[in-house]
Amino acid sequence: MHNEHIIPTDHATAAEVFLQDEERANWHDKALWFIREKRDVATKQIPDWELLRETASQIKQNVLGNLDNYLEQFEQNALQNGIKVHWAADAAEHNQIVLNIIQQHGIQKLVKSKSMLTEECHLNDYLLENGIDVIDTDLGERVVQLAKEPPSHIVLPCIHKRKEEVGELFHIHLGTEKGASDPAYLTEAARQHLREKFLTSDLAITGVNFAIAETGGFVVCTNEGNADMGAHLAKVHIACMGIEKIIPKAENLGVFLRLLARSATGQPITTYSSHFHRPAKGQEMHLVLVDNGRSVQLGRKDFYNSLKCIRCGACINTCPVYRRSGGHSYHYAISGPIGAILAPNMDMRKNADLPFASTLCGSCTNVCPVKIDIHNQLYKWRQVLGEEGYVPATKKQSMKAMGSLLANPTLYRIAGKSGRTMMRLLPGLANNKAMNPWAKQRDMPAPPKESFRDWYLKNKKQHD
Amino acid sequence: MKVGLFIPCYVDQFYPQVAIATLQLLEKLGLDVDYPLNQTCCGQPMANSGFEKYAKGCDALFTKNFAQYDYIVSPSGSCVLHVKEHLHDDKNPAEAKHIQSRIYELCEFLTDILQIKDLDARFPHKVGFHISCHGQRGLHLSQMSELVAEDFSKPGYLLNMVKDLELIPLNRKDECCGFGGTFCVSEEAVSVKMGKDRVQDHLQHQAEYITGGDMSCLMHLEGILRRQKSPVKVVHIAEILNGSYA
Amino acid sequence: MTSREKILNQVRQNKPVAIPLPQNITFATVTEPERLPAFVKSFTSAGGVVSIVPDFTTIGQELQVLFDQPERVMNTIPAVGYGLAPTDAIAQGHILANLEVAVVTGSLGVAENGAIWVSVENIPTRVLPFICEHLVLVLPQSKIVGTMHEAYAILPKSFPDYGVFIAGPSRTADIEQSLVIGAHGPKRAHVFILENE
Repeated sequence: MHNEHIIPTDHATAAEVFLQDEERANWHDKALWFIREKRDVATKQIPDWELLRETASQIKQNVLGNLDNYLEQFEQNALQNGIKVHWAADAAEHNQIVLNIIQQHGIQKLVKSKSMLTEECHLNDYLLENGIDVIDTDLGERVVQLAKEPPSHIVLPCIHKRKEEVGELFHIHLGTEKGASDPAYLTEAARQHLREKFLTSDLAITGVNFAIAETGGFVVCTNEGNADMGAHLAKVHIACMGIEKIIPKAENLGVFLRLLARSATGQPITTYSSHFHRPAKGQEMHLVLVDNGRSVQLGRKDFYNSLKCIRCGACINTCPVYRRSGGHSYHYAISGPIGAILAPNMDMRKNADLPFASTLCGSCTNVCPVKIDIHNQLYKWRQVLGEEGYVPATKKQSMKAMGSLLANPTLYRIAGKSGRTMMRLLPGLANNKAMNPWAKQRDMPAPPKESFRDWYLKNKKQHD
Repeated sequence: MKVGLFIPCYVDQFYPQVAIATLQLLEKLGLDVDYPLNQTCCGQPMANSGFEKYAKGCDALFTKNFAQYDYIVSPSGSCVLHVKEHLHDDKNPAEAKHIQSRIYELCEFLTDILQIKDLDARFPHKVGFHISCHGQRGLHLSQMSELVAEDFSKPGYLLNMVKDLELIPLNRKDECCGFGGTFCVSEEAVSVKMGKDRVQDHLQHQAEYITGGDMSCLMHLEGILRRQKSPVKVVHIAEILNGSYA
Repeated sequence: MTSREKILNQVRQNKPVAIPLPQNITFATVTEPERLPAFVKSFTSAGGVVSIVPDFTTIGQELQVLFDQPERVMNTIPAVGYGLAPTDAIAQGHILANLEVAVVTGSLGVAENGAIWVSVENIPTRVLPFICEHLVLVLPQSKIVGTMHEAYAILPKSFPDYGVFIAGPSRTADIEQSLVIGAHGPKRAHVFILENE
């Protein structure tokens, strides 16, 4: 299956398209703000909230500083538990490993619960190309899968879809009544449709929220119960995880499980927090450890702590830019602020626009349960992209010109006197003669009769 | 105490009344305020665009202009934050460090350094306060809604001293306005939408004026208000506190 | 070089300076008298139902009222005395596809979030608490702790092969953020809290 509807384009252009339907954009903004507010209510019931965040951040710092040891410890314990452990250096190897396991068992179709890692690796497309039928079982993921789109949000995959659109998709694919859009009705239809898939699939893929070095087990969190339905009914369970998902001890889960759902949706905990340690009798359990750029990011001193991310999506919900541009405008598996600091590590050229898709307001940093300084990293990525030549030449030239002008008080004053030069200095304005983006939907400030400096010289300096 | 007045470039060029109000207010409070005549910009536009290197000239100029003062005060949270976080001057590192530790946004200077308890100002209007993100999340001028921590607001404390001023509540008290420096043109569509939504929150609560500590946010909101032909005006907090708004 | 070595080498080369794990941090808890009400509030907020009962027999009586035929109920707790008991481990969970009610032991409850620990040691097959339409959990009041920190302090260091915290009926809000109870798992989660056990 290919994602036909997603036309690769830069964030600003995609956002402009998204905003053409303003009523829909308002709805999208409100839906996500609603979750941000639920998150606020939930966190304010925990007097220790900030201490929890700090503790989580420190645990993750400890993890990243000992990641090799923890990975080895985890592997050893997992093997002892009877879990088959695989290592994948990149997305291609991950997909290959998964396909091999599938083919070894002669399996043609499988169920998969939510895993952003498999999205990152484009596993579904790969398996489809190899003749394997993958059914996403998270309701939101099933919706976007039927729509042939990628998820627009890591926790709420179809947050961009209105219920009428879901109704239409289900009418076509699941045979629900034409025009029906009641979420309870549609959910029941999906339940029945997917129940049949769970009962007839011999293989289940799940993600991993946390893998415990000390015990060799892993934890998967869902609200729907789809990971468990899939894994427990299948003969083979494959769990896929990024190498940064390791935590040292089971007791650390106390910290992370308190933070995760409250940050994500405002729930005190997800409905299910499943702890897998050993395969069931007669079952095979595989775990794929995936690097795919993480060990490179680990070496970037300004950016490595993005690997602390526990994929709660709080930064996405609070981001005023995300809410008004939609997840697909980020053209990367992980959207929003966290995606914008992870994506350049994967491909600077392709993702050079993303660190600029932010006002640097800093709300993301404040909601992050593991205290990633997201907005500072956005700023720092801009410097890297500027240095490495991934910022458009026109912008670079205008910034160079602006920098020289502003470093020279005389030139600055001459330029200021010549009218609205300051506004013209803004990039885009100087180089885009056809249209002034400031003035498209905003009035320019009225120029005063004199600058402050002129006033000061006239009114103050003479009295000195 | 010798105070250096830092007036950001766009305030100098477009909003001289804000600079005048800041100067007059500080002088009324008995301070010896100096305005270095060769100042231009903090360098933020270049740096935020990914070109800190093109801000080096600005940084050197800034250090030269302001190293001599006990305090540097500015009516802009955003520019102050930029100086605090990103001023680099390889030739004069001690001077740059001095500036970074002594630069204050106007409101925090009034509450934290001068610790003023009252003001002679009156503003008989319904006012919406827009907190700039750099002022709040960067300089901690007020409590951030994301944190589990006690509420406070330095600008709010000052506005409460102004007679007959009615501060209106907002649905989203610290949502970004969407100005974002060069973001306002490079992401024009999102920037404007954010601005429109912010304006709407103030209008919905019957604001007659929108005030704030950052003229850049206000310039953006003003541009939207004017395009909408709204009677609602923007006014910098310095003008209200100085009692000089005409 | 295998990918394993490649990854580990690169991690070793690139990893940042390690800091020690945070130690001896005390988090505020839910005090003893508040635990039961806090637990009830959490579990019901998540869409679950709570009954506080004096003993196992009462649970059986209440189940009889709720589900009038014992064949509808798979009961894994003999003392409850209502429903059909599984005689052995169930190799294929698929046979439970049409199961209406499962009665399952909860070995630990958490006041702050209404989560109940269910261990595979107490169920004949892992899928049981997920595949049933109604999940009935039985939890002694004495097994309710304040927070997740306390829960992990109590859980055995050598975890069971499989265990799960369950905090209510299965749910989703994926369609326009409308909460719908009953996604893939139980549509109803009912916990009986035993006062005197």
